[in-house]
Amino acid sequence: MDVIVCVKHVPETAEAEIKIDATEKSIEKSGLVFDINEWDDYALEEAVQIKEKHGGTVTAITIGPEDADSTLRKCLARGADNAIRLTDPKFEGSDSYAIAKILHKAVKDLPFNILLTGALAGDDGYTATGPILATLLGISHVTMVKKIGLNGDLVKVNRELEGGLEEQVEVKLPAVLTIQTGINEPRYVSIMGIRKAMQKEIKVLGLAEIGLGENEVGEAGSWIRIKKMYVPPVEKQAEFLDGNPEEVAGKIADIIKARGLV
Amino acid sequence: MTNEQKMIVQAASEIAQDFQPDYWRKKDKNHEYPVDFWKTLVEAGFVGIVIPEEYGGSEMGMFEMMLAMETLTSESCGLAGMWFLCLTSVFGGLSIVKHGNDQQKEKYLPQIAKGMEFCLALTEPDAGTNTLNTQTAAVRSGDEFVINGRKTFISGADRAKGMLLVTRTTPLEETSKRTFGLSLFLVDLPNPAVEVNPIEKHGINYSKTCDVFITDLKVPKENILGVEEKGWHLVLDTLNPERMSFSAAAGGIGLLAIRTAVDYANQRKVFGVPIGTHQAIQFPLAEAKAKIEAARLLNYQASWLYDKGQPCGAKANMAKVIAVEAGIQGVYHSMQTLGGYGYAVEYDIERWWREVNVIRLAPVTHQMALAFIGEHVLGLPKSY
Repeated sequence: MDVIVCVKHVPETAEAEIKIDATEKSIEKSGLVFDINEWDDYALEEAVQIKEKHGGTVTAITIGPEDADSTLRKCLARGADNAIRLTDPKFEGSDSYAIAKILHKAVKDLPFNILLTGALAGDDGYTATGPILATLLGISHVTMVKKIGLNGDLVKVNRELEGGLEEQVEVKLPAVLTIQTGINEPRYVSIMGIRKAMQKEIKVLGLAEIGLGENEVGEAGSWIRIKKMYVPPVEKQAEFLDGNPEEVAGKIADIIKARGLV
Repeated sequence: MTNEQKMIVQAASEIAQDFQPDYWRKKDKNHEYPVDFWKTLVEAGFVGIVIPEEYGGSEMGMFEMMLAMETLTSESCGLAGMWFLCLTSVFGGLSIVKHGNDQQKEKYLPQIAKGMEFCLALTEPDAGTNTLNTQTAAVRSGDEFVINGRKTFISGADRAKGMLLVTRTTPLEETSKRTFGLSLFLVDLPNPAVEVNPIEKHGINYSKTCDVFITDLKVPKENILGVEEKGWHLVLDTLNPERMSFSAAAGGIGLLAIRTAVDYANQRKVFGVPIGTHQAIQFPLAEAKAKIEAARLLNYQASWLYDKGQPCGAKANMAKVIAVEAGIQGVYHSMQTLGGYGYAVEYDIERWWREVNVIRLAPVTHQMALAFIGEHVLGLPKSY
């Protein structure tokens, strides 16, 4: 059972102070710590568990500059067998469609039974890369996957729906599954894994090597273009009412009436 | 740092995220051994960092071990981030890697990499700093030795399955040179001839430190580590990395406390401004931080020399002196920054204060580390 897992090298922004950069289309990345996208972390763990249970190989793929090697090394340390980094300055500005095109060119001739990726990218919030990639490959896809059960050339998959519901679907392999957090418990990187990871090669491929033209990637090859990125202005969230209890009660009644709430 | 070393730091950091101060607060309060923490360190291969690959480790050095200890300590675990790795990986693993024969390596190293706990039985009631005054006697009887004596302050002896035991095979008064006559033994535990009694102590209550009484313990001669009678020189290869481990912890605890104090000082407002605005808060924390960073570099240098097989005692002792002063300064002023909350258990500083203070006493007192520098680095007369 050969598995490809597509991972993204993203900045950790949860507790960082975020600033918009000079282009007003991205954030200031200097000083931020980068790591594997949280959803992809679960996809990687799932890939390694499938390999441990059913045999085969795991190939981790990312798109990004040399810094992204640290995320690939992490994948290798956690149990991936191969790692590929796709890189070219022209990739900058790619949307989900362009990213999927790049990934498609890289994976279409690789042998695989399942292709996993995170259900969401933690940095730009895109969720469409997996489904578009499946479409380009001409295979099935399932999103928001919470459980995977392999059975021959079929896979039974639990999808997470709103309101705590799950649905179970069955698809034929090969397929693309986009993984939701919580599907497993990602293992720690082990010291022995690190040692092994450092001895493995990361294959690096550029635009020409994967066979795409300049106009097929980046902004030129995208359907979506970012016009502006900004920090939403902080609006007045609370209003303090002065006065004695009768006066305050009267003011509250006026506000409720004015807003048509009663 | 190499990419590999950066990955070790990152891996340690991810473990630290799952063992936050509230975990250690509870373990310390309840005097509970952190079973899951140890299991995690074993499974993630941290215990085998210094063990050769052929014995199930990853064949790295003391430098990498220190990176792991520093990260675990400074990011959330306090002293525990160093303690358990020191007891097993340094006292057991590193000692056997350095001086064990093939049979000893085959017997112990794979087990240590899998989490077999170890302890070092060195200190005695009348031989703490003065190790050469060791009274525990190992007397040859055919193909074995019979050992009698008493050890004290032996951390982890209650759980350890292996003990590196420091003995005298020739009494001090019968040796031509004071440093001769010491022999090291590898002892399997538990053993009915070895009685272990925990000592109630000020901190680090998630681990027991014990009195150990040894009565007619019979050990085969094959269990001698390294060369009989020359144990003093061999044990230095364990005591120097022990110093480095404790220095890493002193700095780490200091950084952990300082970070806690900075978060507090940025939020806590008195007289209309965050208290961190005041230089009376800023300067002592800044000074401690600067000193800790300097101590870290000296300690890196010590461990680098150790890994290269070069003399490292001078650097290890100098690093220990400044690391413990800076670490204590960091925790002291962090407690001062938090005011009354610094004294409250909930804010952890009081626990780190109890932990960092052990490092001015162990593995060697602050004064003895200074005496080492005075004599061996500066070339002054022996003072004791």
